[in-house]
Amino acid sequence: MAKVLMKGNEAIAEAAIRAGCTNYFAYPITPQSEVAEYLAKRLPEVDGVFLQGESEVAVGYMIFGAAGAGERVMTTSSSPGVSLMSEALSYIAAAQCPAVFVNIVRGGPGLGGILPSQGDYFQATKGGGHGDYHLLVLAPDGVQEAVEMTMQAFTLAEKYRNPVMILGDGMIGQMMEPVEFRDDLKSEPSNKDDWATNGMSTRGSKKRNLVKSLFLDPAELNNNNLVLKAKYDQMKREEVQFEIYNDDTDYQVLITSYGTMSRVCRTAIDMLKDEGIDVAMFRPKTLFPFPEKAVYDAAVKESCKSVISIEMSMGQMVEDVERCVKGQRPVEFYGECGGEIPSPEKIIEIVKGLI
Amino acid sequence: MQTEIKFAGFGGQGILLSAKLLAYAAMKQGAEVAWIPSYGPEMRGGTAYCTVVISDKYIGSPIIKNPTHLVAMNRPSLEKFAGDVKPGGIVFINSSLIPVRSEREDIMELVVPVNDIAIEAGSVRAANIVALAAFAAKSGLVDLDLLKKCIKEEFAAKAKIIPMNMTAFDAGVKAAQES
Amino acid sequence: MGKTFSKPKALSDNHTHYCPGCTHGIVHRLVAEAIDELGVQDRTVGIAPVGCAVMAYNYFDCDFQEAAHGRAPAMATGIKRVRPDLIVFTYQGDGDLASIGMGEIMHAANRGEKFTVIFINNAIYGMTGGQMAPTTMPNQRATTAPMGRDTAQTGMPLRMSNILSQLVTPAYVTRQAVLKPQQVNKAKKAIKKAFEYQVEGRCFSFVEVISTCPTNWGMTPLEALKWAEDELLPYYELGDYKTPED
Repeated sequence: MAKVLMKGNEAIAEAAIRAGCTNYFAYPITPQSEVAEYLAKRLPEVDGVFLQGESEVAVGYMIFGAAGAGERVMTTSSSPGVSLMSEALSYIAAAQCPAVFVNIVRGGPGLGGILPSQGDYFQATKGGGHGDYHLLVLAPDGVQEAVEMTMQAFTLAEKYRNPVMILGDGMIGQMMEPVEFRDDLKSEPSNKDDWATNGMSTRGSKKRNLVKSLFLDPAELNNNNLVLKAKYDQMKREEVQFEIYNDDTDYQVLITSYGTMSRVCRTAIDMLKDEGIDVAMFRPKTLFPFPEKAVYDAAVKESCKSVISIEMSMGQMVEDVERCVKGQRPVEFYGECGGEIPSPEKIIEIVKGLI
Repeated sequence: MQTEIKFAGFGGQGILLSAKLLAYAAMKQGAEVAWIPSYGPEMRGGTAYCTVVISDKYIGSPIIKNPTHLVAMNRPSLEKFAGDVKPGGIVFINSSLIPVRSEREDIMELVVPVNDIAIEAGSVRAANIVALAAFAAKSGLVDLDLLKKCIKEEFAAKAKIIPMNMTAFDAGVKAAQES
Repeated sequence: MGKTFSKPKALSDNHTHYCPGCTHGIVHRLVAEAIDELGVQDRTVGIAPVGCAVMAYNYFDCDFQEAAHGRAPAMATGIKRVRPDLIVFTYQGDGDLASIGMGEIMHAANRGEKFTVIFINNAIYGMTGGQMAPTTMPNQRATTAPMGRDTAQTGMPLRMSNILSQLVTPAYVTRQAVLKPQQVNKAKKAIKKAFEYQVEGRCFSFVEVISTCPTNWGMTPLEALKWAEDELLPYYELGDYKTPED
């Protein structure tokens, strides 16, 4: 298929339809409202469901209801809105329903700003809502990858019966890049008859299904948490995705970075190379599961003297990097999070300070 | 090889569309492209801008401090961004609205009375197409016939306005050639 | 001799955890009878609230989802929008629906979502132990209003049927009670009608049911029935507030 030039937000919207998701509930918030605007036009063309909910709180439960009934469903929002959906995310994870949540991150905390940020790493990877649950978190670095990850997200959500989050940022949502919609990324919806509340007559069964998260019996609750943990462990074994840039060199410094920030780092690495300085970049594409072993291996390469996590935050992913490097190399941090993205020149200056 | 073009003007001058059309044509020519919206504190205060990146390889940083070229549609845009342009680049000046010049010796100025040409072609709303055509002709970044095709595609739903925009396009090219 | 009384098919065999004298059991039965009579058990999805009815899914024999506090109408919206062929009902108490879930119920009603809401109003929080509800009567004692509800501080009790009937979108809004046999018979008719409207794909339907909570009111079941009759019904007037024919 020919490439088309699309805004990230619109490309994510189209990718959902191409992935076979024709149900969308959302509440407007900058900088991702184009997703809703696009789908408000596009979903009626495919007999889909579009509904603007009264709040992100309600939308979270519309998603829960639709996912519990066994249908593919997606919502998109941005940071403050995702905070409001975090309650539902906890319930959906606990009740083991597949759903796709997209967070086009803006600066926080509070109302923050509308410019790109990576300040929601903790919220996305460590919880946000209450209890022992995880989302599977995919972090695209551009519009094409956002499309591919959105399509994969439905497959992964169903494989694990767990919510999947696309963690983008305002830049990815707002920029236009050429995209190609690959049909091979579309999966057939899984059979949900053994758990979904899709109606006994739909599945030809006399046995009713329950979608719930209340387990008052301690053993039952513990067991549910063990079931969830087994899924997270399986994600760690099977779903880790990452990329290492310029690692076929004797790099002295390893940058860890993801999303939009990683593209700036990539340019900085190219510019440093022109000066004869080799620096590599480790870019996790899955933030949960985090590529624990791979980042360790990249950090302990003999030529590598230090690691620096560069983020549009005040230091969030760096905690995972430190955890994984296990003290084998010093782990530094540089970040800005007002909405202005650090320039390649700034990164070069910071990295040179480590050499 | 990477080229970055900053388009800047008042909101409503259609510069985001001009930029998109340039990116679209470059994409059709097989280049890697990115269209990066104004996404900084400067976006307040009446100046709208965006940057198009055209490259023969994967585009890294979407943060472009020093673009190769600038298309300035109003005076604040020229005053704000002319100093950022890399030496040797084109600074396009819409002289219908900008009475001053860039005061730089190391760039190439392309001065076109965009609004006047657009009005003559049929509507001041085609000013962005005049500017795009003149800049494309001067820079040689994309094939002009291909660019025209892209414009026709963009306006396919409003076929009525295509002939006027084609007139504006040709007039823009001519103005660039004569300058 | 033929069988004169039996358990509706849409109820399970489980014993309920409800207190002696609580009227949840009556309403459960009325809902199950409506489901049976309309023959929709195999395509019905119920939504349990947070509150005393949190485990309602144990007592009904149909698909069920369990919501967070107050969010049942949003979940029902999600289900009904993606599967309009399913019969969806929420079963909510007064804290759940009229306090924390006020936004969700108002907007679901106003959108005319074609599901059925059963709203149990017993003027108190039950499950959490007798705290003040938005429906608690003036001067009525609650654990968080030990001297009785002070309306100067907390306002007057919310009359949800009256409020929802002000919405312009077509709907069926009715207030019933289950304090006396005649009331139970009327409530039964109302609940069945609420499901019928859904089966016909007609409108949002809302059945408020004035109920008792002897435990948290600190009364015997009989005292509770009398108190509800004397204190609640004059303020919460029974009857149809809105019908789709209006």
